[in-house]
Amino acid sequence: MIRTLLSDDLPRSRALTVLLIGIVLCLALAPFLFPGVRTVDTAARICIFVVLVASYDLLIGYTGIVSFAHTMFFGLGAYGLAFGLIHIDRSYLAMGLGTLGGALAAAVVALLVGLFSLRVRAIFFAMITLAVASAVAVLFSQLSSITGGEDGLTFKLPRSLGPAFKFGTETLDGRLFGVRLNGKLLAYYLVFFCCVLLFLALLRFVNSPFGRVLNAIRENEFRAEAIGFPVIYYRVAASCMSAIAAAFAGALYAVWLRYVGPDTTLSMEIMLNVLLMVVIGGMGTLYGAIIGAAVFVLAQNYLQTFMESAASLVEGIPVMPNFLTADRWLLWLGLLFVISVYFFPKGVVGRLRRGKTVPH
Amino acid sequence: MSSALLKTQDLTARFGGHVAVNAVSCAFQAGSLTAIIGPNGAGKTTYFDLISGQVNASTGRVYLDGHDISRMSVASRTRAGIGRAFQLTNLFPDLTVMENLRLVAQSKSARPACIWSMASRHKGLIAIAERALEQVQLADQRKQTVSELSHGDQRKLEVAMLMTLDPLVYMFDEPTAGMSMDEAPVVLELIAQLKQRTDRTILLVEHKMEVIRALADRIIVLHNGALAADGAPEDVMNSDIVQEAYIGRGLEGVLDAV
Ligand SMILES: Nc1ncnc2c1ncn2[C@@H]1O[C@H](COP(=O)(O)OP(=O)(O)OP(=O)(O)O)[C@@H](O)[C@H]1O
Ligand SMILES: [Mg+2]
Repeated sequence: MIRTLLSDDLPRSRALTVLLIGIVLCLALAPFLFPGVRTVDTAARICIFVVLVASYDLLIGYTGIVSFAHTMFFGLGAYGLAFGLIHIDRSYLAMGLGTLGGALAAAVVALLVGLFSLRVRAIFFAMITLAVASAVAVLFSQLSSITGGEDGLTFKLPRSLGPAFKFGTETLDGRLFGVRLNGKLLAYYLVFFCCVLLFLALLRFVNSPFGRVLNAIRENEFRAEAIGFPVIYYRVAASCMSAIAAAFAGALYAVWLRYVGPDTTLSMEIMLNVLLMVVIGGMGTLYGAIIGAAVFVLAQNYLQTFMESAASLVEGIPVMPNFLTADRWLLWLGLLFVISVYFFPKGVVGRLRRGKTVPH
Repeated sequence: MSSALLKTQDLTARFGGHVAVNAVSCAFQAGSLTAIIGPNGAGKTTYFDLISGQVNASTGRVYLDGHDISRMSVASRTRAGIGRAFQLTNLFPDLTVMENLRLVAQSKSARPACIWSMASRHKGLIAIAERALEQVQLADQRKQTVSELSHGDQRKLEVAMLMTLDPLVYMFDEPTAGMSMDEAPVVLELIAQLKQRTDRTILLVEHKMEVIRALADRIIVLHNGALAADGAPEDVMNSDIVQEAYIGRGLEGVLDAV
C-alpha cells in the first residue's frame, strides 16, 4: 500500500526515512503542534514549495533541462485562480476553473517554448526561458487593468475558507485541542492535502515508464534516440508536465495568501530560491524537494529572528554584531548554501543515501 | 532486387570537402550476414551512421523493406527496424545494467510512454532484460551502474542492448574489440545464432580474419568511402581490386593494420 503510494520509490536510507516522516508529520499537524499565525504560514509555504521544487526537479534533475521560466508557470496558476475568483464568483467551482485555466495556459506556453527551442542546444533553451519569463513578468506588471499591475490582485475565497467561518461550535465548542476550528484551518488542510496529492502524482510520474525515459535522456540523449525514444517529444512533454504542476502549486499559493502579485509569484528571486532548494535537497530525487524546501523556508523565515537574538548575545564584542544584524541574513543564507554544496554535492538526500545501491 | 531487406542507393556523406562515404549502392538480403571491411577511416562507421540516421545523407537513399527511410529521424528508423551496436560504447553510464536493458525492452513494448503505471511493476520487461543479461553472461552485474563495469563488460552490454532491441537489421560495429579472449566467443556465438533468423539481416564491421571466415556470407570492402569490392568471402579476398589496393600487404595485412 505504502509502496504503491510511493510508486516503489522508497527513501532507501533509515536516516532519510526518519527525517522525511518527521517533516511530513510536522506539516500534517502544524496547526496543532505550532499554533500561531506565523508558524502555520511557514508550514503552508513549505508544502507549496515542496511541490514547486519537485516539479522543477522533474526538469533539471530528472531530464537534465535547465529552465528559468518555472516561476512564470507558478504565476500563471496563481493568476488563473485569482481571475476565476474575481471574474466568475467566490465558489469552489470558480477556484477549480481558474486553476485549470492557469494550468492550461502554463501547458500551452511550455509547449510553444519547448517546440520552438528544445530541439537546439540546452543553453539556448535556458536563454529563451529567461527571456520569456522576463517578458511575462513585465507584461503582468504593466497590464494593470487586468492583473492589477505591481499591486497585484486581492480576492475573496469561498466563505468556508475565510477566518470568519467557524465550524464545530455545538459539538466541540469550536475548538479541537485548543485550536480554533475556522476557515483558515480548512484552508491550511486544503493546501496540505493538495500538495500531498501533487507530490505523490509527481512521484508516480518520475517512476513511470515515461519517467525512466527522462532519466535515460539526461544520461545519454543520443543513445535514448537510438533505442527508439523520440527525445524532443519526451522533453517537450516533460516540460509541459512540470509547468502544469508548477501552476497548481501557484494556485495553492494564491489560495493561501488570498493575494497574487508579481513579487510573490513571478519574480526571478523566487526562481533563484527554487534553484537553491533543489540543490540543497539533492537533484534527481523528489525527496530532496521536501528537505530542500523545509530547510530553505525555515531559514528564510527564522534566520533573521535567530540572528537578532544572536546579535544581542554578542553585544559588546566588537565587529561581531555587525555580522549578525538581521540585514545580513542573506549573507548567512549564502554561506549555508555554499557549505551545503561543498559538503553534500549531491544534496542532503544524496548524502544520506551514500553507498546505498539502486534498486531494480 | 526488391526482395532486399535493406538497400542503400548512391549513399553519400560529405563533411565539408571530405567525402567520408562515396555513393555506396548495396543491397542486403534477409537471412544473411555481410562483413564490412576496410582500413581506418574508410567510412565503415559513417556508413552505419547514414543507415541508422545519426548522419543525414548528403545525397542518396536508404530503403528498408522497400520503404524510403532516408528522411526519418533516428528514433523512427529504430522503430522501423534498424538497430545498432556502437563502436564506441554508448550507454547510460549512471543507470544500472538492468535499467539499460529494461529501457530497450520498454521501447519495444506496446506502451513505451505510459505515465501512470510503475516501471518497476512491468515484470515482462524486466524478464526480457534478464534474459539478455544471461545471454551475455552479465547477470551478476545487473545492479551495478554501467560506469562501474569493466570495459569488456560494457562492450558485452552494448551487444546485449542490440539483442534486446531485436531489429530487422542488426548492425555490429567491431563488437568484440576490447573484449578478452574468453569474452569474445560468447558474443560471436550469439551472432552465429542470429544468422538462423531468416527474416533478419546482419551487417558486421570486423577486423579479425577468423571471425569473418567463420561468420560472413559475403564481404564488402570500403576504401576511401567508396565500395571497392563486393562478393563471396573467398572471391573478395582474392579479387584483383583488393590485392591491388593493398599491394605488398595482402588482405590479412590490411585487416591487421585496421
Ligand atoms: N562528423 C564528422 N565530421 C567530419 N569528419 C568525419 C565525421 N565523422 C567521420 N568523419 C571522417 O570520415 C572518415 C570516415 O570515418 P569512419 O569513422 O566512418 O571510418 P571507419 O571506417 O569506421 O574507421 P575505423 O576503422 O577507425 O573505425 C574519417 O576520415 C573521419 O575523420
Ligand atoms: Mg569505425
